[in-house]
Amino acid sequence: MAIAAESLMAAPERGISELRRQRQRAAMRFLLPMIVALLVVAAWPLMRTIYFSFTNTTLSNLDGGEWVGLGNYLNWRTLSSGRVIYRGVLADPQWWNAVWNTVCFTVISVSLETVFGVVVALVLNAEFRGRALVRAAVLIPWAIPTIVSAKMWGWMLNDQFGIINDMALSLGLISQKIAWTANPDTAMAAVIMVDVWKTTPFVALLTLAALQTVPREVYEATRIDGINPIKVFFRVTLPLIRPAILVAVIFRTLDALRMFDLVYVLTPNSAATRTMSTLARENLIDFDKFGYGSAQSTLLFLIIAIFVVAYLKLGRLDLSGEARR
Amino acid sequence: MKKILAAAVVNALMCSTALAVEVTYASGITGDGVRVFQELVKPWEEETGNKAVLVPMPSSTTDQFGQYRLWLAAGNKDIDLYQTDVIWAPQLADHFVDLSEVATDIAEQNFPSIIESQTVDGKLVALPLFTDAPALFYRKDLLEKHGEDVPETWEELTETAKRIQDAERAEGNKELWGYVWQANAYEGLTCNALELIKSYGGGQIVEPDGSISVNNEKAAAALNLAATWPGNISPEGVLAYKEEEARGVWQTGKAVFMRNWPYAYHLGNGEDSEVAGKFSVAPLPSGEKGGSSAATLGGWNVAVSKYSERQEAAISLATYLAGPEAQKRRALLASNLPTLEALYDDAEIAEQQPIIPQWKEVFMQAVPRPSAPTKSAYNEVSSKFWNAVHNTLSGKATAEENLEILELDLEEMKGSGW
Repeated sequence: MAIAAESLMAAPERGISELRRQRQRAAMRFLLPMIVALLVVAAWPLMRTIYFSFTNTTLSNLDGGEWVGLGNYLNWRTLSSGRVIYRGVLADPQWWNAVWNTVCFTVISVSLETVFGVVVALVLNAEFRGRALVRAAVLIPWAIPTIVSAKMWGWMLNDQFGIINDMALSLGLISQKIAWTANPDTAMAAVIMVDVWKTTPFVALLTLAALQTVPREVYEATRIDGINPIKVFFRVTLPLIRPAILVAVIFRTLDALRMFDLVYVLTPNSAATRTMSTLARENLIDFDKFGYGSAQSTLLFLIIAIFVVAYLKLGRLDLSGEARR
Repeated sequence: MKKILAAAVVNALMCSTALAVEVTYASGITGDGVRVFQELVKPWEEETGNKAVLVPMPSSTTDQFGQYRLWLAAGNKDIDLYQTDVIWAPQLADHFVDLSEVATDIAEQNFPSIIESQTVDGKLVALPLFTDAPALFYRKDLLEKHGEDVPETWEELTETAKRIQDAERAEGNKELWGYVWQANAYEGLTCNALELIKSYGGGQIVEPDGSISVNNEKAAAALNLAATWPGNISPEGVLAYKEEEARGVWQTGKAVFMRNWPYAYHLGNGEDSEVAGKFSVAPLPSGEKGGSSAATLGGWNVAVSKYSERQEAAISLATYLAGPEAQKRRALLASNLPTLEALYDDAEIAEQQPIIPQWKEVFMQAVPRPSAPTKSAYNEVSSKFWNAVHNTLSGKATAEENLEILELDLEEMKGSGW
């Protein structure tokens, strides 16, 4: 897109060689299929969802919805007693509970994943025998489909015959079996734990790639100067791998904000772990409130969009590559 | 020459497969459902030369419903037949073929109430395959050993379960629990809680005339008793149990009582079961001594998708599966309760599955979920109800508080009418 915009702006300029114009036209031609694909698979469904959120569409009759304006988001009625009752997603305590759950989940899980991911990457970056094997092994949790790992952890965390309870009991860590996924106090912790287990390798992988681009000479220089390794990490390594970590964090956060599969499979559909996505799905499909569910999906999209913009601004993260030129 | 021969063989194969129709059948699977299905359709396949392919779905009815609704809304042509829950008919009626004319004789042999539950505005949406009503499974050996009787009320169940559990644990049977049931937040919890409330005389959430009755003292008393179970006579994990998790605990011999559907009877007597021959079933307890007990009416039906391109073969399979021959086979294979009245007097069934004639009483008194009065809002009503119950059971506010909010939510949803 950036190149397309640039070519439009550049066109009136004088003295541009025919060759350059030709190259720009060629670039447009190569970009066109991708732009069309994005319009079809991303923009169109998104627009449809936003449109549905302003209607009272049901899943049984997708074309029969009537325009209700912002009614799905917020509407109010004045009762005969004069009291005003607010309804709609923005006045729905279930929605705010889901937002809170999702945000908690995102903040805690992404923080833990980042810390563990960097630690794992530092270990894997060190020279030791069998490093290639360990590197491959670390990636296994990331390679397992989420549904499979959620089901697997579901059995491992099972209160009666789960191996986690069995091990913790024999080690004397707990005095009685804990229903990890059923108990509202531990359900969210269980989800976070499984997510950290699953996605730490992703952060580790990105960080490791960045670590390998750090020139050895820098470390040799610090060693000659006799600088404490902890200081080296915070003053030298971390600033150099910061862009990679920021990218890993934004990927993880986007994933975590739309968390669905793990929660859906691992825990009962209760207020303790319900996220924005599982709530939207429930309204869209189970309750046949397609318009209402679309409003929730649209809000989820807005939240993610706002987050991305804020993150890019605050992190001064440059995804367009402008600065490199 | 070889090439020509090979081509001829391929041709012959293609012709023979083109003649036979392959119909697909989507159904949730519990226990050994896949094997039962294959056994069931064998005679039909042999007779018609067609093939029935099972599309196995998750055992949770809520999960199945979500998937089916999506498929049907998209006009999916890949699935010809759906096995539908007794509560779905009003919500999915538009997507299914009217079977009232092709199945007149089968409909007449069925219990009228079941046919009625599958009829929407005069259209027979699905044909009944088997009916379901849960019962109390109990360990004969443990009750005998401790000199206890089969409990008649929920209070008695609580006490008996506690006594046996404590005594057995003292003897070293540390992992034994008193009572396992289904308290995950899903449709099954609606069934479990409806039974409790109804047996206490607390109504059936929404009455047949559409009035909301759930917020009353008796309902609250029933739920408050149930809230004492997790961590006491039931494992705390029961809050995440569905049918199969409960059966898992029961069948490994780690529970004295279990609330479950008839399918667990035949699996519990299977070769790999640790409780084979050691248990029996009774009607669920009632609220007070001498009161009546309540069992939620369950049951599964077969519906033909109107988007199917092989409707003729699909209807033929549906009428076969709902007919006396297949229902009898199903009763013998999987201890499913027939919906055809005559089969309850069948000598072979009485001999091989003695619980089936016994169960007739249980299901004749079964209480329906409020899917008829609440129409297309049923799923949301049920979800609101199971959430209120789940909150009560997990100790978030008392039953009184949760039911009061539930009543408010339901009133709002109902508006001027369902």
